[in-house]
Amino acid sequence: MSHWIILPVVLPAMLAPLIVLGMRHDLVLQRVASVAGTLGLGAIAAHLMWRATVLGPEAYLLGNWPAPFGIVLVNDRLSALMLALAAVLALIVVLYVIGSGWDRRGRHFHALFQFQLMGVNGAFLTGDAFNLFVFFEILLIASYGLMIHAGGGARLKAGVQYVAYNLAGSTLFLFALGTIYAVTGTLNMADLAVRMAELPEGEAALARVACVLLIIVFAVKGALVPFQFWLPATYALAPGPVAALFAIMTKVGAYAVLRFGTLVYPPGSPATGDIVAQMLLPGAVLTLIAGMVGVLGARSLGRMAAYAAIGSMGTLFLAIAPFEPRASAAALYYLIHSTLAAGCLFLAVDLVTARRGDDALGPDRAPIAQGGVIGALYFAAAVAVAGMPPLSGFVGKLLVLDAVRAEPYGMWLWGAILGTSLIAIMGLGRAGSAVFWKPHGAAQPAGAHAAHAPAQPLAFVALGAGLALIVALTLLAGPVTGWLGATAAEIHTPAIYIGAVLGPAGG
Amino acid sequence: MLPALIAALPFLGALLPGLMIRAGRNACAIATGSVTALALLGLMLHAPAVIGGEVILARFEWLPALGLNAHFMLDGLGLLFAGLILGIGLLIIIYARFYLSAEDPMGQFYTYLMLFQGAMVGIVLSDNILLLLIFWELTSLSSFLLIGYWKHLPEGRQGARMALTVTGMGGLAMIAGMLILGNIAGSYDLSVILTKGEEIRASEWYLPALILILAGCFTKSAQFPFHFWLPHAMAAPTPVSAYLHSATMVKAGLFLMARMWPVLSGTPEWFYIVATTGAVTMLIGAKIALFKDDLKAVLAFSTVSHLGLVTMLLGLGTKAAAIVAVFHIINHASFKAALFMAAGIVDHEAHTRDIRRLGGLRRLMPVTFAITLIAALSMAGIPPLNGFLSKEMMLEEALHTPWAGMAWVFPLLVVSAALLSVASSLRLNVHVFMGPERTDYPHHPHDPGFGMWAAPAFLALLVVMIGLFPMTFAGDIVAATSRAVTGEAVEVKIYHWHGLTAALYASVAAVVGGALVLGLHGPLGRLWLALPRPEAKAIFDAVVGAAAGVARALSEGIHDGALSRYLAIFTVGVLGLGFWAFAGGVHLPGMRMPLEAGPVAWVGWALLATCSVLVAVLHRARIVALVLIGVVGLVVSLGFVYLSAPDLALTQLSVEVVTIILLLLALNFLPKRTPAESGGARRLRDALIALLAGLGTAALAFALMLRDFGLPTISDYHLANSKTGGGGTNVVNVILVDFRGYDTFGEIIVLGIAGLVIFALTEALFAGPAGRRLLGWRADAPKAGDRHPMMLVVAARVLLPISIMVGIYIFLRGHNEPGGGFIAGLVVAIALLMQYIASGSAWTEARQRIDYHAFIGVGVVIAGATGIGAWFATRPFLTSNFGYFRIPPFEKFELATAMAFDLGVFLTVIGAVMLTLASLTRIALRAGTTVNAAPMDADPSAAPASEARG
Repeated sequence: MSHWIILPVVLPAMLAPLIVLGMRHDLVLQRVASVAGTLGLGAIAAHLMWRATVLGPEAYLLGNWPAPFGIVLVNDRLSALMLALAAVLALIVVLYVIGSGWDRRGRHFHALFQFQLMGVNGAFLTGDAFNLFVFFEILLIASYGLMIHAGGGARLKAGVQYVAYNLAGSTLFLFALGTIYAVTGTLNMADLAVRMAELPEGEAALARVACVLLIIVFAVKGALVPFQFWLPATYALAPGPVAALFAIMTKVGAYAVLRFGTLVYPPGSPATGDIVAQMLLPGAVLTLIAGMVGVLGARSLGRMAAYAAIGSMGTLFLAIAPFEPRASAAALYYLIHSTLAAGCLFLAVDLVTARRGDDALGPDRAPIAQGGVIGALYFAAAVAVAGMPPLSGFVGKLLVLDAVRAEPYGMWLWGAILGTSLIAIMGLGRAGSAVFWKPHGAAQPAGAHAAHAPAQPLAFVALGAGLALIVALTLLAGPVTGWLGATAAEIHTPAIYIGAVLGPAGG
Repeated sequence: MLPALIAALPFLGALLPGLMIRAGRNACAIATGSVTALALLGLMLHAPAVIGGEVILARFEWLPALGLNAHFMLDGLGLLFAGLILGIGLLIIIYARFYLSAEDPMGQFYTYLMLFQGAMVGIVLSDNILLLLIFWELTSLSSFLLIGYWKHLPEGRQGARMALTVTGMGGLAMIAGMLILGNIAGSYDLSVILTKGEEIRASEWYLPALILILAGCFTKSAQFPFHFWLPHAMAAPTPVSAYLHSATMVKAGLFLMARMWPVLSGTPEWFYIVATTGAVTMLIGAKIALFKDDLKAVLAFSTVSHLGLVTMLLGLGTKAAAIVAVFHIINHASFKAALFMAAGIVDHEAHTRDIRRLGGLRRLMPVTFAITLIAALSMAGIPPLNGFLSKEMMLEEALHTPWAGMAWVFPLLVVSAALLSVASSLRLNVHVFMGPERTDYPHHPHDPGFGMWAAPAFLALLVVMIGLFPMTFAGDIVAATSRAVTGEAVEVKIYHWHGLTAALYASVAAVVGGALVLGLHGPLGRLWLALPRPEAKAIFDAVVGAAAGVARALSEGIHDGALSRYLAIFTVGVLGLGFWAFAGGVHLPGMRMPLEAGPVAWVGWALLATCSVLVAVLHRARIVALVLIGVVGLVVSLGFVYLSAPDLALTQLSVEVVTIILLLLALNFLPKRTPAESGGARRLRDALIALLAGLGTAALAFALMLRDFGLPTISDYHLANSKTGGGGTNVVNVILVDFRGYDTFGEIIVLGIAGLVIFALTEALFAGPAGRRLLGWRADAPKAGDRHPMMLVVAARVLLPISIMVGIYIFLRGHNEPGGGFIAGLVVAIALLMQYIASGSAWTEARQRIDYHAFIGVGVVIAGATGIGAWFATRPFLTSNFGYFRIPPFEKFELATAMAFDLGVFLTVIGAVMLTLASLTRIALRAGTTVNAAPMDADPSAAPASEARG
């Protein structure tokens, strides 16, 4: 048995307490450890991707208890992809944090950051429904800590809302798990998949309730309307790089929906039928609209970026909802793209905020230092977020459009995607032109703002790297979608996953 | 040179100006120009072959699964447009070098320009319509940057946004159109699509595809009713206007219509949509151009008009008309770019481009005058210039095409448009250059240096040469292009004298009429101003402003920040979806009989229900609510005892104690009452939702408890293997530390994080306004007067060793009897808590010097290391082992690795609780609580003395 699979959890889980234990009085040590750990995660994720591609899905039996009685971790293509994405985003964010000095503004940033990564990685790897709950808790509490990092009244207030709303979600998660266990008698996801397929008919109603409750929990994480309320204020008021890291958090919800919707509740399952898709589709369209409308109406850059994140989740859920391999491949491509794009946009916004002191979108604001470079970075990130060519958002959008074409109401979905794109373009264009296009006369920052002109080369490098990845994702769209196509095919054949966990005879 | 490289060169070249500007403005312009020249050279090397009928292809796979590939194609149409883009691009680069002032960041300008150029070349050389879309949208983006280049002009910002919105909208429609088109044709490659005209026109999806694609073309080429953005784009520097908004970008729509001509044209839909739009645009543009006073606005609307002309020709659907369209594209590009540059020179020299403030420049700027004269006369269609040739041919086509059976429609539209166009063309000469010299120019004008007029002069020369020798200078390229557009070989004949045809009469009428109209320009202009007319910008601004306002109202109305509302929606959503799910499936109610509830159970139930209701009723009095919550917790603990779950009961009890104490400490610094924030109606609503949620939960729980498990559960395995596999008889503990030790590992980390977060939060609070408030904090309740009562101190001290012993006992027995590290940790933590309460922080901390951070860190590390230890036995993470040992004189006892894990749990729990307490203590200190080094306020040793005195 290979221990590689547990490493994405164990590495940060051990690193974070060591940071607390031995390095909490020295920032440089913390930074070195944090970056090294994140790099390590990247390397591990790369190896796991290789394993999943070459060796196929592998299960890791924690405590050496046979499945389904203990907890299993499963590394398949989808999990490995999510791990790699999380590691890459985390590396960008941690470099940015160091470059911008955010970690100096409060305590325990790096420890919480590593714990957060542990939570995210654990959620992507686990093959156990209750264990997923545990990791949801870890990433919730760690993200709360990161969100209120450096404090401030508005941020703390938003933090309370964030944590309260998500605790409601966690409570619901327990309801869902209780119901699932009562109906199926198991928590192992592969075992659940097997048992859902052979469920006695009289259990259908309760199984459906469990399914819906579970999907709602994931919808809360994924900010699907009407469960998106926690997101705008949280993302807008969190420290910029933390909001950038949170781009992967909403994807945890999307990942979980995709995982359960293909493995446990596949379309046409006797008890649940297409219930997941029926829930998701209208929600996705509303999410898309709510997000992009918010982009146009936002009064501050942070809120605008937050709404853009909601909108991108709408597109993502739209592509997930058909639960069909081609659409899932498109969804995965869009998922990678939107994670990177949202991260970059939040970082660009943070560069502005750091130089202006706030991120309000009023007229007649003094121009910012380094406005040219930051403007260019913002422009690139905005192009990516809006799904305009030549960046990967456009490719992703084409893939999604192509994938939902054959769906019922396909043309309406097209209308929603393209119409909201226009709204987003208008919103991002308005905001960008209001912030970066200023009179010549005021080109030199006024005295009061000169103080907000830190050099921060590492911050720029981090954001630049994020954008470079988006470019790479665009140029390598062919091989990437090829790999994702195989990934989608794998998750839409649940027997592969079940076989890896329960053995070939498990089904 | 490969077509792909020709398209890529300008993009690569876009990197140069930003760097080369450091070597000076000339170096920057030369570097930029060289790249364009190189691309042009590469293109021209292909010209003979392409004109000879070859199509040059270059193909690279990109995203074959979708059909998006980097396929490039160079045919006659591509050659013409690429030549225009690169050729005029080169002229513009030269012109801009002299046009831009020293304050303008030239590197940025050239970078944007090259991006645009690359995108444009990409459009015309794409053999894949998805690739074409990418370049198409890129032109929108780069033109956004170019229009807004003068950052100090609000008009630039607004114009840029308007252009982006309108062309972006068209672009998005076109995405849909192209996807449909590709789907019908079975390929996104133009070379395939062009062979499938019949199929496409017969498809039921033809009309949607056509409309969507035309939406893209019309917005880009500023066709009515989308024409309004173009004049506002004129806020851009003149080189941009000349390049994008007359010569190239606005022709992208025309290009695409020409490109798709063999596939989409020839149907009534095409004719009525395209030809009508073109003709109407032509007339409206010409009319507005006549009454504008801004030189660039005149040129902008005249451009709109000429774009309409070409659109109409393409819309007619005949081969002859298509040839004329191609020819006019060349002619318009030459004379209009020259006019724009000349207008730019006037603006540059006289510091105004308002026609009312100009006039009489003839002698002051003879070269500029000559250029304008030639170009404007060509635009007016005066022989023998090139504009005359194409206008004659256009009239010939239009006059003989009936519209819905009515022969007069096109002649009327076209001749009036031509007449107005003549008038405004002549006006450019008459009102700007003729007349007496004035004394009140904002700046005394004179001809600029050669560098600035070279480019327009070259174009003017082209106007004359094509006009004089059309077949020599334009015949081949028109033929090659027309072949590409129509899809078959065509014979092109361009000559001046067609005989006394209707077109000639119409042409003469237009010129004469135009001259008359110009004569009446004053009164007509006043009439025009008096008439109400829709102001496109105002309408657009109103629409966008309203959209933004609605968007703001919507998103802020929905996300109004009221947590209670968010949670109400959450609850209603959960209930609704849950009910919907339940109703959609078969439910067989369970058959289990409920257990007989004894009086104890009823009392507990009544207590639980009463306290829960009371919490809701009395929640504003926070301490009362806290007490009630404590009661609820206790009853739940008792419930666990009643239902034979001692582990749960112990855990619940200790958790209750710790949390209530911590909450009480925190509440000390908070208002003791919650203000009422919602009115009666809202409270009623919330009560109803809460009631429904409660009923729903109860119903679910009831449904679950009344039934047996549908399938065998995994817990049977846990029961069977607890002792043999996990080495413990207490299944709950074995589950916690072994079967599901990984969950526990996660949960202690949650606890640890919570401790860290509370600590970090406290630090952050001190830095903010809350910290200042704390400094000025005054206790809002009377103090007890006896902060550290002797009874409590003594009791706490006596209990401490006992509690620790109990903790250790609970810890050790955990594996086999109710207990375990978690409960033990809480018990010890409570004992320590009591010391704080009894004797205060200073006294306690002086006796306990380990930082609680270390507890958390060590705890998690021990738990993790225990798990990792299994690796060395080649077992997975957290695999336990146990053995039985005997050390005389003790009895045989068991040691399990799970105990080490449990030790980690134990330490983390203590650390998290105590770190929280320490954070609260810091808040108290901050708020001015005094500390005492003595264990209690009263000194017991002093007491007897005072008694003795008494």
